[in-house]
Amino acid sequence: MREVVLARPGDFAEWRDAARGLLGGGVAPEHVSWRSVEEGASLFGDDAPPASGGTVSLPRELLVMADRVICHRDAGVPARLYRIIWRAAQDRQLLARTTDADIDWLRGTDKAIRRDIHKMHAFVRFRRLGEDAGRESFVAWFEPSHRILRLTAPFFQRRFYGMDWAIVTPDARAIWRDETLGYGPGGTKDEVPDCDIVEDQWRTYYGAIFNPARVKIDAMRSEMPKKYWKNLPEAQDIAPLLAGAAARVERMRATAVSLANPQTEKWRTRVPEELALTDDIDTLDDLARAMGGCTRCPLHCDATQAVAGEGPEAARIMLVGEQPGDREDLEGRPFVGPAGQVLNEVLEEAGLDRSRLFLTNAVKHFKFEPRGKRRLHQNPTTGEIDICRWWLDKERALVKPDLIVTLGGSALRGVTGKSMSIASMRGAVHELGGGTKLVATIHPSFLLRLPDRARADLERAAFVADLARVRELAA
Amino acid sequence: MTGKPILEKLSILADAAKYDASCASSGSVKRDSTETKGIGSTEGMGICHSYAPDGRCISLLKILLTNFCIYDCRFCINRASSNVPRARFNPQEVVRLTLDFYKRNYIEGLFLSSGIIRSEDYTMEQLVEVARILREEHHFQGYIHLKTIAGADPGLIALAGLYADRLSTNVELPTEAGLQSFAPEKKPETIRKTMASVRVGVDDANEAAKGRLLKKAKPPRFAPAGQSSQMIVGADGSRDDDILATATNLYSGYRLRRVYYSAYSPIPDASIDLPPVRPPLMREHRLYQADWLLRFYGFQRAEIMEGASDGMLDLHIDPKLAWALMRRDIFPVDINRAPRELLLRVPGLGTRAVDRIVAVRRTGKLRIGDLAKLTASVKKVLPFIVTPDWQPGSLTDSASLRARFAPPAEQLSLAL
Repeated sequence: MREVVLARPGDFAEWRDAARGLLGGGVAPEHVSWRSVEEGASLFGDDAPPASGGTVSLPRELLVMADRVICHRDAGVPARLYRIIWRAAQDRQLLARTTDADIDWLRGTDKAIRRDIHKMHAFVRFRRLGEDAGRESFVAWFEPSHRILRLTAPFFQRRFYGMDWAIVTPDARAIWRDETLGYGPGGTKDEVPDCDIVEDQWRTYYGAIFNPARVKIDAMRSEMPKKYWKNLPEAQDIAPLLAGAAARVERMRATAVSLANPQTEKWRTRVPEELALTDDIDTLDDLARAMGGCTRCPLHCDATQAVAGEGPEAARIMLVGEQPGDREDLEGRPFVGPAGQVLNEVLEEAGLDRSRLFLTNAVKHFKFEPRGKRRLHQNPTTGEIDICRWWLDKERALVKPDLIVTLGGSALRGVTGKSMSIASMRGAVHELGGGTKLVATIHPSFLLRLPDRARADLERAAFVADLARVRELAA
Repeated sequence: MTGKPILEKLSILADAAKYDASCASSGSVKRDSTETKGIGSTEGMGICHSYAPDGRCISLLKILLTNFCIYDCRFCINRASSNVPRARFNPQEVVRLTLDFYKRNYIEGLFLSSGIIRSEDYTMEQLVEVARILREEHHFQGYIHLKTIAGADPGLIALAGLYADRLSTNVELPTEAGLQSFAPEKKPETIRKTMASVRVGVDDANEAAKGRLLKKAKPPRFAPAGQSSQMIVGADGSRDDDILATATNLYSGYRLRRVYYSAYSPIPDASIDLPPVRPPLMREHRLYQADWLLRFYGFQRAEIMEGASDGMLDLHIDPKLAWALMRRDIFPVDINRAPRELLLRVPGLGTRAVDRIVAVRRTGKLRIGDLAKLTASVKKVLPFIVTPDWQPGSLTDSASLRARFAPPAEQLSLAL
């Protein structure tokens, strides 16, 4: 029987060195007895340092867990950890066998340690000691369940770099001073001041943020177990807060609703303005504002905003698309998404200056189907197009373009009020009445949907040609 | 009004802030105070520094800058017509409180909101100013969550995004009709536009980060913990279906990290047309469960509603179980062979249990005895699965299956 005596319980390096030696020397776990100095060494063991053999490679994840698990206070931990690495050296799949008793224990114990670490990060309460040359110093007393100080101190270092601090626990202390982290022996609660000037404010906050109408004591206690309460300044208020909760709620219910605060009307300086959908709209700005309040069809319920047309009122050419897409809906401007990019490129190739065109859509609100983190475009119905035509007609009346270019079938419906195929209309110039001409072509998003590269190139060239013709017509 | 002692102001302005459920401090970038030699860090995972007896986590100093408000939203404790005591912090007082609390390890950071004073822009400017002082004058690296005031200038929202980890705009009520009658000054379109500008800010910052030529050159960050929102449950007549529909739109349209559901809870000096009832905590709980199904379990809203009646989720059993009871044709599934997406549909199996099952079944067949090591709710799982040594037989289709899980009716009141 080999005996290993650990002088520093919870110290990973010491255990690791011993385990490495045993593993290298091929010493099976059943032939090792692990003791800590506190327990006293056995009289019969052979405690000569074991011979080191070849190196054994272990999964990194296992060593990371062992580093934490060794902090557990259970005296059997060093032995069980050794058994696990002994098995892991022979079975590379061991860690994945979560239903294995050792691995189940390992993961459960690791979880307990990680929880203990997390709770220490949360529940340490510093008290101020003073200030020296502008640098404040603080100290805290804390009683973790396991020997985790070395695993938590770096967190406090990263967080509280700019102040001096010490955390005293029964096992050990961590001290951050002169930008150096050091450790020392354990201490007692008496070393830490018994109050802090800010604690009154903290307790006031704790009391005020509590909602007496939704008492859930079990939820609180499962996350903030009672064992921590003695070192939490706010915990002394739990009992009185609970005792008064029912009466506070009852008072809220029983109190008859009082008269409105006499200042109400003075404070409410603005009453909500109703957006009138009247006919006296004289400018594109008025039109856009009125459009913002449009509730003519249900599409306004889910879309972010109505996207009004954009461009100079004196524009001679008006481009009409289908409806805003995801990006247009977010930004409130037409043709700024992927289809807008394509349109910009094609306009440039066709020799048309976007800034001199009026761009708008047949439908002003984005119609979509939510799917996880995306919104999938949905075609508007003819009904929706026809209802929204009211706005398109207003835009046409204000801009009075010589030429309207419809992009896609919805636009054609929006402008003409009739359902016609693009193919039947394309390539010719049509009269809309009042001297306005109509040219029908595809929507740029059509190009984005074509999977066949060669076909997409052909369609794109035809689109450019349509727009080049528009330029000639307008010249 | 600035003459009130700090403890009194804190008491009023924390009391006024507690109806906002969010206290999350997670999901931001990793950063600490090593370089700045100041204080503060965020490490991805949030930390709850305390718990109130209402079971809610206290992670942030959650306060209002002021509870004066020119709006008159009837569900709100701070509405103009309420007689609650009023107070106002100046930005320096908030900064001081945040730093004092932070240095004592009481909090992860600040969640600052405000009643609307003067105008949306003025109010937003004040919130941004507090964040600016913390970040620029004190090099504070802790977590900051700012409320975005719907309707504030996009330039101010952009500035807020530079200082804050998270921004949030509360929808409050899921339907337009609800807002119109309960919060006449709030316009759903204004709220959505504000959330849209936050999403555009986040998207643009991500694009800039991807497109940079030098890895070292840090692009300005924008609300790295994203945005969230809250809906009040039970103040108006909205059904769960309306609430989840709105949530779905918020997640898909504005990439919200979280939607919070807050059971309407009685407030002092309440408006006469609000229910003076106990907060519907079980309903709130079921909505959170449904929300999880939407985000992590691949459920569509319409599927969740299959287990509901009249657009309301079943209060007695959880929404996944309610769905499974309606779709028994899919079950039982073979736990050793079913794809991940199907395992996620099994009542009683959470995402973590599913991940473990998928990992461990590569090393050998799972038997019924192994299940207890993988999930805490074996009893719930049994009618819906098959293993080499377990067949649920007629249990899956048994008429009394629902009764096995639904608690006796009177137990519901315990949950309140």
